[in-house]
Amino acid sequence: MGKQRPETANQIDRIWQVLDGVMDPEVPVVSVVDLGIVRDVEECKQGFNIIITPTYSGCPATLQIENDIAGALKAAGFGDAEIVTRLSPAWTSDWMSEKGRQALRTFGIAPPQKGSNVSKRALFGQDPLVRCPHCDSMETVQVSEFGSTACKALWKCKSCAEPFDYFKCI
Amino acid sequence: MDQIFTTALRFGDNAMVLGQRLTHWISRSPTIELDIAFGNLSLDLIGQANLFYELAGKLEGNGRSADDLAFLRDASEYYNVQLVEQPNGNFADTMMRQLLYVTYADLVFETMKTSPQKDLAAIAEKAQKEMIYHVRQAGEWVVRLGDGTDESHEKCQAALDNMWPWSHELFAYDDVDEAMVEQGVLPSAEHLKTQWLESLGEVFKRAGLIIRDDNWMPGGGRKGLHSEHLSYILEEMQVLPRTHPGAQW
Repeated sequence: MGKQRPETANQIDRIWQVLDGVMDPEVPVVSVVDLGIVRDVEECKQGFNIIITPTYSGCPATLQIENDIAGALKAAGFGDAEIVTRLSPAWTSDWMSEKGRQALRTFGIAPPQKGSNVSKRALFGQDPLVRCPHCDSMETVQVSEFGSTACKALWKCKSCAEPFDYFKCI
Repeated sequence: MDQIFTTALRFGDNAMVLGQRLTHWISRSPTIELDIAFGNLSLDLIGQANLFYELAGKLEGNGRSADDLAFLRDASEYYNVQLVEQPNGNFADTMMRQLLYVTYADLVFETMKTSPQKDLAAIAEKAQKEMIYHVRQAGEWVVRLGDGTDESHEKCQAALDNMWPWSHELFAYDDVDEAMVEQGVLPSAEHLKTQWLESLGEVFKRAGLIIRDDNWMPGGGRKGLHSEHLSYILEEMQVLPRTHPGAQW
């Protein structure tokens, strides 16, 4: 991308700004950029390709996200941008930005831990230590690994007795 | 290419039928957390089926979409293993069927994700991340039931006895599979079974369950031969698109 015309680079910057305003439909405080769904913005013959990668194979929000991205770009004058889905490398929760993690916490969802991919293979692994997003206590316990959406687990806090969602590591 | 098409379809069908089976637990599960879990497990599997079907449709080149492949094929054109179409039975039966299948799928994807067939590799890489959660969930429940009360133990052992014969088909490789082994898409049947037994052995030991093999080895699902159950599953799943072709919502 070294030989980009300055004008193109500006447009790409502008597209990233627009994308940063597109929120995840299930977690409306985290943008698709902060979630790590948008992998790249590339110039192509007919305009721009937006490379996205789905979080989970069956995530019902995927189509909604594509529509939201297309709508936002169209409104910003990038109607010719095309959304391209790329499966590999597979999405990982490690791609979530620090800003995204902070926003999740504020929203009441415990953010995923970084780089804990390996331990998940253990058949009877220990549950991760998760901080309660409400009262910051570490005295928390997993209720179920499957929660309100594909990407979340159900937890509860033993200190403040509140249930909460934990964004799963994948 | 035909062999890759068949392989994509087989794994798509396994995921589709098992996913459809699991949806029947929603609103009938022992606890609300399990209700939610079954919704998630089904969603992962049906999502994986969709990816395999999209690839199969693309390889076939006749313009069949993932929906066409899911909704417009009869039982004899489905190539899933018969294990995944077995009735849900009681909760132990379902979790045992789940454990036998997802342990297998996780191991298959481990090989497939590094195969030179890039499209299959990409799906396997994605699917395996989800499967790891399924394997753990099923393992934990089988241990909890097997190592629980006398009644839960008895039911869990009966579930293993019920489901075990259907597991043999997972390793009954045909020419397509052998070609896939050659191409590095699938592990050899022997290697796969060794690893699978090792992983299950750990669970069964904790659960206090024993494998009682009576040498009955039903099979044929991967060639399109099915138990009567599959027709009923498909009938329910396909009724809307078959009654109202092209319906959108």
